[in-house]
Amino acid sequence: MPEENGNGKNGNRVGLLERVKAGVKEDVQSLKTDMPAKAKEQIEGLKDPTKTQVFTSIFRHKHDDTPRNRALGVLSNVFLHLHPAKINRDAVRYSYTWGMGGITFYLFIVLTFTGVLLMFYYHPSKVQAFRDVLYLEHDVPFGKLLRNMHRWAAHLMVIAVWLHMFRVFLTGSYKKPREFNWNIGVLLLVFTLLLSFTGYLLPDDQLGFWAVTVGTNMARATPLLGHEGPFGKMLGMTPYNDVRFGLLGGSIVDANALLRSYIWHCIGIPIVASVLMIVHFWRVRKDGGISGPAPVMLTEEADKPRRSA
Amino acid sequence: MDWRQLWEICSAPDNVPIVGLIPLLIFYIYLAWKQAKANDELIGELETSPAMAKTHHRKTWPFRPGWQKEIHVWPFLLRIEFLAAIIVTIILMVWSITLSAPLEEPSNPNLTMNPAKAPWYFLGLQEMLVYFDPWIAGVVMPTLIIVGLMVIPYIDTNPLGSGYYTWKQRKFAIGTFMFGFVILWVAMIIIGTFIRGPGWQWFWPGQTWDHNRLIYEVNRDLPDLFGLTSNLAKAIFGAIVVGGYYLAGGFLVHALFRRYNPRDYKRMSLLQYSIMMFFWLTMVALPLKMLLRLAFNIKYVWITPWFNV
Repeated sequence: MPEENGNGKNGNRVGLLERVKAGVKEDVQSLKTDMPAKAKEQIEGLKDPTKTQVFTSIFRHKHDDTPRNRALGVLSNVFLHLHPAKINRDAVRYSYTWGMGGITFYLFIVLTFTGVLLMFYYHPSKVQAFRDVLYLEHDVPFGKLLRNMHRWAAHLMVIAVWLHMFRVFLTGSYKKPREFNWNIGVLLLVFTLLLSFTGYLLPDDQLGFWAVTVGTNMARATPLLGHEGPFGKMLGMTPYNDVRFGLLGGSIVDANALLRSYIWHCIGIPIVASVLMIVHFWRVRKDGGISGPAPVMLTEEADKPRRSA
Repeated sequence: MDWRQLWEICSAPDNVPIVGLIPLLIFYIYLAWKQAKANDELIGELETSPAMAKTHHRKTWPFRPGWQKEIHVWPFLLRIEFLAAIIVTIILMVWSITLSAPLEEPSNPNLTMNPAKAPWYFLGLQEMLVYFDPWIAGVVMPTLIIVGLMVIPYIDTNPLGSGYYTWKQRKFAIGTFMFGFVILWVAMIIIGTFIRGPGWQWFWPGQTWDHNRLIYEVNRDLPDLFGLTSNLAKAIFGAIVVGGYYLAGGFLVHALFRRYNPRDYKRMSLLQYSIMMFFWLTMVALPLKMLLRLAFNIKYVWITPWFNV
């Protein structure tokens, strides 16, 4: 009620106006002082972006150069935590490791990347396949580079896998407790070769066609399961039901073989190989990391129980 | 000397990986040999002086008390991996820009390529087709190679040489693997790539690939040389020869192995020993069969109505 204030007419109304005025004045004042202050503070803050909420929400620890942060940099990163925080000081020597396992994995990533891009331009059908490769070579921007890179990376991967196996053998790294991981590695070697082989047919040119024809003709001769193999005929094998038929989806390298090869190449084998890679890398860690370079052992120590590490 | 022919083979895009593989392999064998030699010298020194063996850090690289035994993965390992990825990417880029992946004419089942070659990494197996029937060269041999690689960690009972390069401590293992990998696998690939021409005939490097060349070879079977004519006699004779090879060869290897590898011989179980024997003798049978064929024109040793060896 206005009358209740007892300070004359319209007192309350004047008070309201003054209060609004004063309030607005305050607001303006705060705009003048607070905002620049905040802005200044924030600009100051930007000089050290590591303290922003966005940054701390992404990176879970500080980055000043302390041993703890170096370790956390590896351990708190989902991709890098494949590695331990610390390793044997000699384990980084290239002359020992040759780096071929890592290079193989990197090439697999390169192949996945270029392979997915190639898939955008490729139809696995007899009518289209060869034309798509021509299209890639001549019309798609960087298409030729893409195809070349996919092919050369595949060849390089085969070489890198062999050299990796060679190094692992020469350093005796398959010995206890790494026997199982060597076996996973052998399977990965086989799948690398199969990946490369299934990709060979895909351009649907003479080179791929005859290479795959030569390759799969061997399957005719599979003992028991091939129609030209030992004991195959006795088990009722014909060109239309033997193991080669199963591989090609037909009795000759044709449309079905192209499709099968495409699916094995792009989906089937990469999935199996990826699963095996996960096991392979995990076992490297579980089996105690990279095998060496270990201190040399002397002959008379061979049959004595090992000192516990 | 047909330089043009030589250049054509060496510069065929899909042969370039093998041209690259040869120097790579030589380099890495050298790298491994150098470290094996240094380690073997260290082992020799330590074995002659037990006092030194107790205090030495047992690596050929320097280490002083007070140095940390372990280093951080970040940055000491990750920087190497990053660098390796960059270098591989650059190599791939340059390779892909300068050399195009091969693309022949569209596939044509009515026009056989001559020579029709498998992808280069399978050429060792294709070379084996000269000496063995497809069921051996194409099916049994790859299976034995895979299984043979997988059993290695379980039959190699030598605890020495785990995690460092050595030759003295693992002569048998390393010698066998080098023979299998470098001679039987890589050298066969090199022959398949550079030597084998039209009709899978032998053309020396620099010899013109003559598509009309004919070779008059009369291949004989071993039973024929002994005048055997009936199927039964041939089958029994072949079984005796092949079985005899495994028995006599096994006895010879046994005599040598227990003399020169007494420690391994003592450690190995009967199962391990017989598996090792089987794979070793089978591997050595390969060049022996090649010799029979190349030097004496003998095609089959064992002839049965169902299969020939």
